[in-house]
Amino acid sequence: MTAITKKPENPTAHLTPEDIEQLGIELDAIRQDVLDDRGARDAAYIRRIVDVQRRLELASRAVLLGSALPPLWVLGTVGLSVAKILENMEIGHNVMHGQWDWMRDPKIHSTTWEWDNASTAEGWKHSHNEIHHTYTNIVGKDNDLGYGIMRVDEDQRWHPMYLAQPLWNLINACFFEYGIAAYDLELGKNLSVPKEKRSETFKANAKKTLKKIRKQATKDYVVNPALAIPFGGFLPTVAANFTANLVRNVWSHSVIMCGHFPEGVETFERSAIPDNETRGEWYLRQMLGSANISGSKAMHLMTGNLSHQIEHHLFPDLPSNRYAEVAPRVQALFEKYDLNYHAAPLRQQVYSAWHKVVRLSLPNGWLATTNAKNLPSQAKLLWAMTTKGPKVRRAAAARLQQQARKQAAAA
Amino acid sequence: MSIAVPSGRARSSRGFNLRQGLRRVVEAAVTPLEIDDVLDVFHPLRRGAELRGRIVEVRPETTEAATIVIKPGRDWAGHQPGQYVRMGVDVDGVRLWRTYSLTHGPRPDGCISITVKAIPDGVVSHYLVHRSRPGQMIQLAQAQGEFVLPQPVPAKLLLVTAGSGITPVIGMLRNLFSRSEPFRGDIVLLHSAMTRDAVIFGPELRGYAARGLIRLVELHTDRHGLLDVADLDELVPDLAERTAYACGPAGLLDALEEHYASRELLLNTERFRPVTVEPGEGGTVSFADGRTVDADGATPILDAAEGAGVLMPSGCRMGICMGCVLPMKEGAVRDLRNGAITVAVPGETGPGGVPIQTCINAAAGPCHLDH
Repeated sequence: MTAITKKPENPTAHLTPEDIEQLGIELDAIRQDVLDDRGARDAAYIRRIVDVQRRLELASRAVLLGSALPPLWVLGTVGLSVAKILENMEIGHNVMHGQWDWMRDPKIHSTTWEWDNASTAEGWKHSHNEIHHTYTNIVGKDNDLGYGIMRVDEDQRWHPMYLAQPLWNLINACFFEYGIAAYDLELGKNLSVPKEKRSETFKANAKKTLKKIRKQATKDYVVNPALAIPFGGFLPTVAANFTANLVRNVWSHSVIMCGHFPEGVETFERSAIPDNETRGEWYLRQMLGSANISGSKAMHLMTGNLSHQIEHHLFPDLPSNRYAEVAPRVQALFEKYDLNYHAAPLRQQVYSAWHKVVRLSLPNGWLATTNAKNLPSQAKLLWAMTTKGPKVRRAAAARLQQQARKQAAAA
Repeated sequence: MSIAVPSGRARSSRGFNLRQGLRRVVEAAVTPLEIDDVLDVFHPLRRGAELRGRIVEVRPETTEAATIVIKPGRDWAGHQPGQYVRMGVDVDGVRLWRTYSLTHGPRPDGCISITVKAIPDGVVSHYLVHRSRPGQMIQLAQAQGEFVLPQPVPAKLLLVTAGSGITPVIGMLRNLFSRSEPFRGDIVLLHSAMTRDAVIFGPELRGYAARGLIRLVELHTDRHGLLDVADLDELVPDLAERTAYACGPAGLLDALEEHYASRELLLNTERFRPVTVEPGEGGTVSFADGRTVDADGATPILDAAEGAGVLMPSGCRMGICMGCVLPMKEGAVRDLRNGAITVAVPGETGPGGVPIQTCINAAAGPCHLDH
């Protein structure tokens, strides 16, 4: 993708400012309808999910006491993985969004919730709720675009280090919770500052995060395995917890990649966002900057209803069980205003997101202009761009893009 | 070599350490949850849990009143008849707190009961009377209140009640008459209600009167008009000799207090707080440190407070990130996005007040924020 304002055909060009404000009013109406109807049914839903999740986690951990026996290991690990996914996705993420604050139950409230994840609720709420949801897909402002370690947009300048980004992405997927923790701390940026000059806020937050990581690791890799010692299950339990964390990490990473990275999701230029962006304009940006995953009810639940990423970004504080209900109305608005409602099955979205990660690990236009015949010369060019300094890189990049354009025009 | 240790003491402190140690292990095994979160899944009424209760019976008293019998958690510390209890009830998914008089003395089954009259626009009272069901959980606070009979119970009593004002008094009466040796004093109960059928506990009260336990004077508004304090001397000639308790609407209590004060007599009253917060436009926002800020009805509290130099937590400033949420202890605010009003009345919120988003709420009257 390229920032929307740099595209030859801006997908919002047909909308007048009045259209955009009207769109905002219609989306507000959808939100209000849910608020008016929100009640006992929703409260019962989240309480049931919390109850099921806790029972499942406890049962799985109990089963894992006997994890020296392979069938119990498998059973317990599957259960624990599902429990951890539910806890992070459908419960933690959504509770911390304040989706359930209206119940006034201090036990299920954005201000009190802490989740089963390396990052602290406080840090996550800042980087996710505040930065990402407010400045969604604005290049240079929304750090979720590549998490500061990847190139996920043509407008991010290519650098040889991005060649390794498919590998980074894989590692990030496996250890995603630590990735998020580091990302919430803006670790890269803060560590580049000399130690004595680092801000007090960063130091305090880093300390809190380390404490959280220690507690999490103690639970998963010391205490619970130790409880299994009498049954000879220390190491199997360590392995089970590691596997469950891995499964949860890869799953949540995949779901989240699908939310904003698939091909066709729009990004925005920082300078093109007005200082006083209206509610309608903000809504429009959310509509174009998100992608849905289509699938079964179980899939929606396991993604924490982030499969309804578009609806979630429009209404981040509506209860997650309502996204599926408002989706048809939202989709109708996309049609009415002739916008692209981006939805595809999980496998397709994951492939698309990974394809983009690989494509953008290479200079713009390189993949498009490469075929079996010119592969050796293209490889040579890439080698030169990687090793020969910025001047060569810039010249080659310009040529590649020109070629790609020509090729596209001819086709 | 021997070390003499006073054994009993050592065991208790070792027992204490073991318990503490065990607790720490379990806590480490379930983090980020707390042990209580886990135990709540299985036994929400256990000792040590947050105080809650389970509704065990909902019994209609009149068409608009019902008695709710509740099994309280193990930590319920007991109560005296006449006291009240604060409870958090989930109405349409929203936890709302109200205060109700306990309508029994301590019961052998350990349950407590309240009797609720559905008042016009009373969200919680309507819910409890018409929609609550056995099995539902409610949040509880410990019993409170000074509206209790002294011990020993005075020989001559006057009880003046109107409408649901009977509820603390019925608790007193039931307690007196359910003793193995029922109280044999001289009690006059003067009760005012809209109609004969609207008298909560009517058959029970008439039963006490028939058995000669009390003298019951019923005044039905539809036939006799409202209770007039001027008639008191006629209705209760020996009023001055009686220890007096009154509970009912504010108008009645005000008149009674005036009547008693003018005669230099003592009157015990229980007032049910009227729940009326009329939301307005703008208001003064006060903070825990005593600072106050004037905020108009169109400006988010966050902006108004920051404009006046108060350090406020903040985030997206558009109502989505929950980074600005602060507890409102008292007052009313208006959501600038859709006009929705949120009200906090002391005693009718959770222990921490009502959390509000300051970035999209404007003052709709004087507000107090705990910040």
